[in-house]
Amino acid sequence: MNAHAHAEEHFAGSNRLFTFIWIWLVVLTLIEILLAYRPMSTVLMLTILLGLSIIKAALIVAYFMHLKFERLSLILTIVPMLVVCICLLFVFFPDSFRSAGLRYQFKQPPPVAPPPVEEF
Amino acid sequence: MWLFIVSDSLTFSALLIGYSYLRASNVWPTPFPFYPSIVFASVMTFCLLSSSLTMVFGVSASSKGDKAKARKWIFATIVFGTAFIVLHLIEWNHLMHQGLRPFYLPQTWVEVFTTTDGVPPSPLFGATFFTITGLHMFHVATGVIYLAVVALRVKKLKHEDVEISGLYWHFVDLVWMFVFPLIYIMSVDVGGHLPH
Repeated sequence: MNAHAHAEEHFAGSNRLFTFIWIWLVVLTLIEILLAYRPMSTVLMLTILLGLSIIKAALIVAYFMHLKFERLSLILTIVPMLVVCICLLFVFFPDSFRSAGLRYQFKQPPPVAPPPVEEF
Repeated sequence: MWLFIVSDSLTFSALLIGYSYLRASNVWPTPFPFYPSIVFASVMTFCLLSSSLTMVFGVSASSKGDKAKARKWIFATIVFGTAFIVLHLIEWNHLMHQGLRPFYLPQTWVEVFTTTDGVPPSPLFGATFFTITGLHMFHVATGVIYLAVVALRVKKLKHEDVEISGLYWHFVDLVWMFVFPLIYIMSVDVGGHLPH
C-alpha cells in the first residue's frame, strides 16, 4: 500500500512465517469451538471469545494485511481512531440492560386457577 | 483501501454491537446444533482462513514479479471464497427450512426457549442473523468478483493493485473472525434442547 517504487520490491515476511500464522489462527479457532461446549457463565465465555477474536484480528492485520511492516504513521492513523470509535459505540449499552429490566417489570403474572364458586 | 477498511469495520462493529444490545435486553434463543450449523460454520471459517493464506502467497509471488504464480494463488483464493458462499447458503437453507425468517422464529424454538416465567424468545434473532451474515456474505461475493478481475488482468496490473485486493480479502476474513464467535459460538444449543 505504501509507495512501492518497484514492483520487484521485496514483500516482507516469508511464506513460512505466513503458514505459521495460519496454523495459529486455525488453533485459536478450534479453541473457540471447544469453548462453546464447556459449561461456563455467558460473561466469562464472551470475554474469552472476544479476547481470542481480537488476537486473531491482530494477527491478520499485522501479518496478512502487512500492517506490521508498514510505516508507523499509517498504523497511528488507522488503529487508535478505530479503537476509540468502537469504544464510543458502547456508550449505548447501559440502555440495553435498562430495557431488559423494563420488560420484566411489566410482565403478565402467570395465570392462576379461578377460585371455587361457593353456592347456597 | 485502508480508509474503506476503517469505515467498513465501523459498519460491522455497529451491526455487531446492535446485535449484542438486542441480545442483552431480550430472551435470546441459542438454537445452533453441532451438526449441521457448527460443523458448517467451522469449515467455513477454515475456508476463509486458508483463502487468506493463499491470498498472501499470491501477493508475495506478485511482489517477486512472478505473475503466473500470483494468478494461480489468487484462483485458489477464489475457490475457497466460493466454497464459503456455497456452504453458507446451504446453512441458511437449513435454517429457513426449520422456519426461521427475519422477523419470526420457528414454532419449536419459541416453545423450547420461552423462559419458565413465560417470556418468549426475541423474534429479532432472524433479523440480526440474516443481516450480519448476509452483509458479510455480500462482501465475500464482491471479493470473489474483485479477485477474479484481478486474477484475469494480473499481467497488466501493478503489484500495488494486487496487494490492495489482498487487503480487501483479508478484511473480509477479519470480519468473520468476529461474526463467527459472536453469532455462532455464543448461540450453540449445548444441551441439545431442539429436535433436529
